[in-house]
Amino acid sequence: MKNENLYNYILGIADNSLILGQRLGELTGHGPNLETDIACTNISLDLFGQVRSYFQYASKVAGDGRSEDDIAMLRKERDYKNVLLVEQPNTNFAYTIARQFLFDAYHLVFLRELQKSSDLTLAAIANKCIKEVSYHERFSSDWVRRLGGGTEESKSKMQEAIADLWVYTDELFHQTVADKAMVAEGIGVDVTKLKEEYYNYVAGVLEESTLEVPDIKFFQKGGKQGIHTEHLGYILAELQYMQRAYPNMEW
Amino acid sequence: MSTKNWPLWEIFVRSKNGLEHRHFGSLHAADADMALENARDVYTRRNEGVSIWVVESKHITASNPENNGELFEPAQDKVYRHPTFYDVPDEVKHM
Repeated sequence: MKNENLYNYILGIADNSLILGQRLGELTGHGPNLETDIACTNISLDLFGQVRSYFQYASKVAGDGRSEDDIAMLRKERDYKNVLLVEQPNTNFAYTIARQFLFDAYHLVFLRELQKSSDLTLAAIANKCIKEVSYHERFSSDWVRRLGGGTEESKSKMQEAIADLWVYTDELFHQTVADKAMVAEGIGVDVTKLKEEYYNYVAGVLEESTLEVPDIKFFQKGGKQGIHTEHLGYILAELQYMQRAYPNMEW
Repeated sequence: MSTKNWPLWEIFVRSKNGLEHRHFGSLHAADADMALENARDVYTRRNEGVSIWVVESKHITASNPENNGELFEPAQDKVYRHPTFYDVPDEVKHM
């Protein structure tokens, strides 16, 4: 492939939203109450909408006849480049919110920079997505504050979820080969430069929520290289079921 | 887990600038901020609105259906209260 780095770079962005969207979609009909259920599903749909723009572009860049659906649905586990954070399960509502908040805070600063990309398609997609993601971040940070400042039980659950998912945050700022190549060309975002702002912001919200910033020095990584936790296989089994069972099916 | 329900809120949405807010429905939320966010997700996700009002249902005083006779029936036979007994010139539009 001529533009392999660009292709991989696009997938790196898209897969995060795809897998997180699928995770949130699992809550359809299972949210803690009707209103929150709809809110999570709305965010899921926002993410799937964003993902379409990325995969359509990836399909064009690949230029090998694979459609957006083929790229989204028919890769093997090791070919997915999402960070480990987004594939973590909906253990309870605190985990769903912690995962969302830790990702949204990153997603927002990332898109802000991607808007400045010299690749006009990516800049335009970022420009369109950033309003949606601003709302996602508002929703999730709001809930972190509510649960953190709520009852003893909600606080301990929120703290536990943040502490458990914290080990997956550092990977957000790791650079892949494609990342480095795209940064050099002025297309990609240098994520290493976002790290300080991210952790400062997240620490601020946790402090307002009377939660502690976890003191963890060892982090998990691998998703960006296709080495995932055991959860991704199950997600893909569900995500890909229709395309695998009925190849080339159309709605 | 707490089994206490969140209070009920009434949701009013303005669908276009220039139109009035209309009652869209009700939902549960812990406070006004959450009611606004929930209303955004429940009632405006299909592009229905440009502005939302929320008010806690307990603040609405409603007329009692039992009093409907004395409240509303006397108006039923007073057609002359409608301004329909005038000849409107053809030049006057939008009446």
